[in-house]
Amino acid sequence: MIFNVSKNFNFYQYYKKFSLISLIFIIFSIFTLLYNGLNLGVDFKGGTLIEIRTEDRNVDISKIRTSFLNMNLGDVTVKNFGNKKDFLVKIEMIDAENETFISSIHDKLSLDLGADVNFRRVEKVGPKVSGELLKDGLLAITLALAAMLFYIWIRFEWQFSLAAIAAIIHDVVITMGVFSFFSYEINLSIVAAVLTIVGYSMNDTVVIFDRIRENLKKYSKIPISEISNNSTNETLSRTIITSTTTLLALVSIYLFGGAILKGFSFAMILGVIVGTYSSIFVATPILNYTNVNSKTILKEEI
Amino acid sequence: MLYFSKLKLVTLYFIIAVFSLFALLNFINNDNTFLLSKKVNLGLDLQGGSYLLLEVDSSPVIKEKIQNKLLLLRKILKENKIKYKKLKINKNYINFIIQEKDVENFNNSFNKKDYAFNPFYVQYNANEMEYSIKDNLVKINYTKYGLIEIKKTTLEQSLEIVRRRIDETGTKDPTIVRSGNDRILIELPGLDDPNRVKKLLGKTANLTFRLVSNTEDSFGAEMLPFEDDSETLSINKRVILRGDSLDNATPSFDNQNNTAIVNFSLDRIGAKKFARVTNENLGRRLAIVLDNKIISAPVIRDAILGGAGQISGNFTFQSATDLALLLRSGALPAPLTIIEERTVGPDLGEDSIKAGTISLLIGFLLVIIYMFFKYKIMGLIANIALITNLILLIGILTILEATLTLPGIAGIILTVGMAVDANVLIFERIKEEMKIEKTNIHAFDMGYKKAQSAILDANITTLISSVILFFLGSGPVKGFAVTLGIGIITTLFTAYFLARHLSSLYVMRNKESKIKI
Repeated sequence: MIFNVSKNFNFYQYYKKFSLISLIFIIFSIFTLLYNGLNLGVDFKGGTLIEIRTEDRNVDISKIRTSFLNMNLGDVTVKNFGNKKDFLVKIEMIDAENETFISSIHDKLSLDLGADVNFRRVEKVGPKVSGELLKDGLLAITLALAAMLFYIWIRFEWQFSLAAIAAIIHDVVITMGVFSFFSYEINLSIVAAVLTIVGYSMNDTVVIFDRIRENLKKYSKIPISEISNNSTNETLSRTIITSTTTLLALVSIYLFGGAILKGFSFAMILGVIVGTYSSIFVATPILNYTNVNSKTILKEEI
Repeated sequence: MLYFSKLKLVTLYFIIAVFSLFALLNFINNDNTFLLSKKVNLGLDLQGGSYLLLEVDSSPVIKEKIQNKLLLLRKILKENKIKYKKLKINKNYINFIIQEKDVENFNNSFNKKDYAFNPFYVQYNANEMEYSIKDNLVKINYTKYGLIEIKKTTLEQSLEIVRRRIDETGTKDPTIVRSGNDRILIELPGLDDPNRVKKLLGKTANLTFRLVSNTEDSFGAEMLPFEDDSETLSINKRVILRGDSLDNATPSFDNQNNTAIVNFSLDRIGAKKFARVTNENLGRRLAIVLDNKIISAPVIRDAILGGAGQISGNFTFQSATDLALLLRSGALPAPLTIIEERTVGPDLGEDSIKAGTISLLIGFLLVIIYMFFKYKIMGLIANIALITNLILLIGILTILEATLTLPGIAGIILTVGMAVDANVLIFERIKEEMKIEKTNIHAFDMGYKKAQSAILDANITTLISSVILFFLGSGPVKGFAVTLGIGIITTLFTAYFLARHLSSLYVMRNKESKIKI
């Protein structure tokens, strides 16, 4: 073998199988996104979010629910947050005009529970602001995709650009699909996670593509399918090691970083796994389909 | 790739030393010492505090201004002997009908440049007002730039008043800045209960002194409620004095009946007017009205000549203090609405710092241990680069006096995970080259050379993401973009200069022996 590599997986033979799996995941994600939608948090939908700590360990969640029900605030969800003492309350209604809204809730709740409760965090977002945040978030993700598309097109060829973007969209759609399916909340930090996933997935794909380009220049007689397979193998240990260290860091955030970063780190973990998978099983096979060859590369060089 | 000139090496380690020094500043208490008092700022989510976004509603200002324009217009039409009919305000337009023969006359007078009614803004190259005439129906309204100018002044005035009010509460290090055309962004670090500030900002604080009307339904009066909604009174529309005539206002205590009051003193002109009006209206009631609610309406027993008086109402000492504060800082030109509020208590902030630090340490250790087991000595080099990377990152954040948020800490941890990638790419490449190249030195050299383009491409993609997030993200998320973006730059630096130098030292010592990666 001219490539001198110890590992020699034949990824090629799995492409069909994995394409099918990817396709199923994508269709499933789109379906759940259309059917369930996304659970938009206060940042994007407007409303009030209150993180409550009760000093008394034995506060029953139903007591808090009843108290809120008696306040007639419309749709209110109460759930445990991190541990037994902490609760997260989401109120859909926002009373923008009333600057004593929060303090009156605090007083009533303290009265009902018979002890002073600690409002650790309050986030109140008006409809105008949440609309803008949603618009900015979508714009950021779209811009990131466009920028990636452009960068790869400049550095490589349009075929590479197309394949890489397909892989990124695959990653983002599946990540969002999982969030939709489990109805996990989408807030500002999830947008940050999605953008980082876009960057990471691209990073992972680019390393393989870089090797494919290099090998295409070197070996003009070998068909693209073999070149990409060998290139994937050559970069495989790097792919695995980098994903591992990134996941180690992310799992550490997920386990020890506190309740606020849970959603963010979960999205990132999911994105890194899907992103690593897609570089090998989505981006590379698509590149094969485009029939890119050494001529397309060398033409550019001249 | 393995050769470093002396100058390069000195520069490399000098840079690392300088940044380490800056990073160190965060751990030394030197609030009042010499030049280097830079520190990474903690975001509101870590130190606790309140973030408020206020929107200025300038429509009442526009309404008031157009009313003034109407008065001015009447005068001008009269001066120019233009006859008009049905002059009235319709939404934000002034409508009226003129005769055909006056159209030209009107055109001429309206388009004069030095025209008090319609000033010309040089900076926009446009007038304040514009008009159209159709079938002798004249329609006058503000131009786009006229409206912008009103909004701008309204915002600037509001900003000033908000600043005064917050300063008076004694809040430490508040940030009060304009945001866009009609918004004010306020950050109040360390404030876990923004209630008082919210209450103070929620009031326009439009104070007027007006006489209580003698008759129930007279033309120039309106019915206004008392502050506690106990009763309503008919109050003259004519204003005797406004809040801006006040020189000072202080809370005080009335010893006679043990209630809190607000003492005020008037400026010279205000005092004169007040003396005259009180003298002329002995025995009548004088209402003190704040934001269209009556605070009190005492009977005038004596003429108040000294320009000093007191307001009594159903005050607690706190509400008297707040009213005095509002009166001192002046009235807002337009009402403010809080459209976004984020408050984090100091205990949650502390918990977040703890959780962030612990997860950073654990993530860091995991990566370091993994790299050591994977690459042994080269792993050690990568780890030294990683630690330096972290120090440089903190150093740069310190120099920029950047704000560190909880997502920002997550960005640092993520940088730790992704930073080793550059070295992994190089080491794996060296491994491959060792199979082809005859000498270690050549293998290392080629490894660094060939990994370059992949490293650059891979890091630029992440950099693109963080730049976009920096410009479009808001609040704490911006902190994530900052640490991630700077982390990429320090990663490239440490991998390509520090780790390369260390591995060159290593390979020079082991030219002949077998190197295992």
